[in-house]
Amino acid sequence: MGRKILLAHDHVPGIQSYEVYRKHGGYNSVEKAIKTMTPEAVVEEVKKSGLRGRGGAGFPTGMKWSFLAKPEGVPRYLVCNADESEPGTFKDRYLMSRIPHTLVEGMITSSYALGVNAAYIYIRGEYFYIVSILEKAIEEAYANGWLGKNILGSGYHLDLYVHVGAGAYICGEETALLESLEGKRGNPRIKPPFPAIAGLYGCPTVVNNVETLAAVSFIVNEGGDEYAKIGIGKSAGTKLISASGHINKPGVYEIEMGISVEDFINSEEYCGGMLNGKKLKAVVAGGSSVPILPADKILHLANGEKRLMSYESLADGGFGGGTMLGSGGFIVMDEDTSIVENLFTFARFYHHESCGQCSPCREGTAWMEKILHKMIDGHATLSDIDLLWEIQAKIEGNTICPLGDAAAWPVASAIRHFRSEFEEYVNNPKSVKKVIRMAL
Amino acid sequence: MSDIKFSEETLALANKIIARYPEGKQKSALIPLLHLAQAEFDGWLSPAAMDYVASLLKIQNIEAYEVASFYSMFNLSPVGKCMIEVCRTSSCWVRGANEVIAHLENKLGIKEGETTADGMFTLKAVECLGSCGTAPMMMIGAQFHENLTHEKLDAIIDTCKQEGKRKTYLDSVVVDNY
Ligand SMILES: Cc1cc2nc3c(=O)[nH]c(=O)nc-3n(C[C@H](O)[C@H](O)[C@H](O)COP(=O)(O)O)c2cc1C
Ligand code: SF4
Ligand code: FES
Repeated sequence: MGRKILLAHDHVPGIQSYEVYRKHGGYNSVEKAIKTMTPEAVVEEVKKSGLRGRGGAGFPTGMKWSFLAKPEGVPRYLVCNADESEPGTFKDRYLMSRIPHTLVEGMITSSYALGVNAAYIYIRGEYFYIVSILEKAIEEAYANGWLGKNILGSGYHLDLYVHVGAGAYICGEETALLESLEGKRGNPRIKPPFPAIAGLYGCPTVVNNVETLAAVSFIVNEGGDEYAKIGIGKSAGTKLISASGHINKPGVYEIEMGISVEDFINSEEYCGGMLNGKKLKAVVAGGSSVPILPADKILHLANGEKRLMSYESLADGGFGGGTMLGSGGFIVMDEDTSIVENLFTFARFYHHESCGQCSPCREGTAWMEKILHKMIDGHATLSDIDLLWEIQAKIEGNTICPLGDAAAWPVASAIRHFRSEFEEYVNNPKSVKKVIRMAL
Repeated sequence: MSDIKFSEETLALANKIIARYPEGKQKSALIPLLHLAQAEFDGWLSPAAMDYVASLLKIQNIEAYEVASFYSMFNLSPVGKCMIEVCRTSSCWVRGANEVIAHLENKLGIKEGETTADGMFTLKAVECLGSCGTAPMMMIGAQFHENLTHEKLDAIIDTCKQEGKRKTYLDSVVVDNY
């Protein structure tokens, strides 16, 4: 059994409630931080821990926190990114609905460290039912003196609010999220300035993912060094993986970084092996935007060693032969899956979600969807494969926000590793087209 | 002119939400208030409903329109009492989302994107709803329906018909497997 930090108590009956959560050590980190540590000391522990942002980019959290500007008399904000819309990702949902106080506790400790007096949880609109769960937890935290005025008699005060979105993947991008939180369309801002300098209402702001903030409690309780011992190298700590697709046990798993991809797929503790004993064909390891890899490449590095579940090992091989840990959305596909049709679902997704500000992204995502649609309908030509390649190459790196890259990478990697399948759709459309039955 | 306005209870909630944002930043409450309006005024945002929300926030009407039209959860024309939103993205697709849509089209006698003649159901295909581990799935109002099978689909539709109620994102729902 791997070490569990975030989900150590997820199966305890009643853990959603304040009493049970508190009985299992909940809110100890707030007490320890406020009573015995300066805000700077908390930031120092987070730096030492090696914690990296769990929203997708993996940026060191302690470093991000130390960039926060602190001009006199200007409020600072902490915003939790609970937009979770990257296809294949559902870990934040599990954490928030199952152990809502974990996020509340992490946010109080983090707000104290950052000198923040108002914090917001921006949650995707489709998670409306979790809003009431979070609001109940927040109410309990106020009632027990962990939020509000003069917390633990220290003079520190904090208000925490839930803010609900309304269905837009792009609002997961931190500057689009801030626009949305200000009551506007979710159009990403041009950076710099970064949110640490000018974020919500133009004030210094830290935006962190749900899982990132939840991990802070352990770091404060046990110390940054203790956290850094878990995991492997620069991939410190545990990571929540959302596992879906053709496996026996889809679900959210907390892994210690460094276990092998093969063990993750096959062990009973995690995915429980391939559904119906089928062969593994491909994996999208970190949410829809990371490069898809065929079975041999996801299981092994170029030198034949086993590939591990860590930032570095998954990225080994660069864009030619590697992928990314991303948000940890691990989608498994068996031998019967059409890579082209799966890619079509991604292309349609990115076209739907492009905010439309930059022409390469707005037009490019539309064309990629159109060409793939044509291919699936059996009307494409071989030159369409090259056209698809050309379009994705022209989007990448030429846009305001990384959604453009996120739309390009799945296309590039699918063509790179599965070109012959695209050719089949051109040469033999009738024979490749399959109806996918419901799995259950 | 229309005399559209929130019930006292909803208005109190709206004011509580507005108070969550700093002085002068009440526009932040726009999306939450549009949700309240959609739930209270028949499941969609008419120009009158949006104008009303704008007036509560003391912003221009156009500011409400441009936001309402950006976000996919806001309906700018009438929808059925039960809007069925079926996820069709990768993880759901590999576990049979297309078949879910086909089954519902068959059962309801409409195509994806349409509303039944009696105004009871709208069928809509949507992008990933964060329920990929329990695919295939769909949502109706705030409720997630997961690990769908043909039998489950039939039972859900029959229950909706019997209840005959409008479902909204603001319904409080029973949390099943999570
Ligand atoms: C298109 C796009 C969508 C994103 N969606 C999310 C999301 O749903 N949740 C999230 O935490 N981060 C998301 N991110 C990353 C955020 O911009 C940001 O980096 C992150 O919230 C920072 O938190 P972290 O440092 O704790 O990871 C997204 C980025 C992009 C470009
Ligand atoms: S890359 Fe796409 S989503 Fe990002 S700002 Fe440009 S158009 Fe909008
Ligand atoms: S792919 Fe359907 S819920 Fe995520």
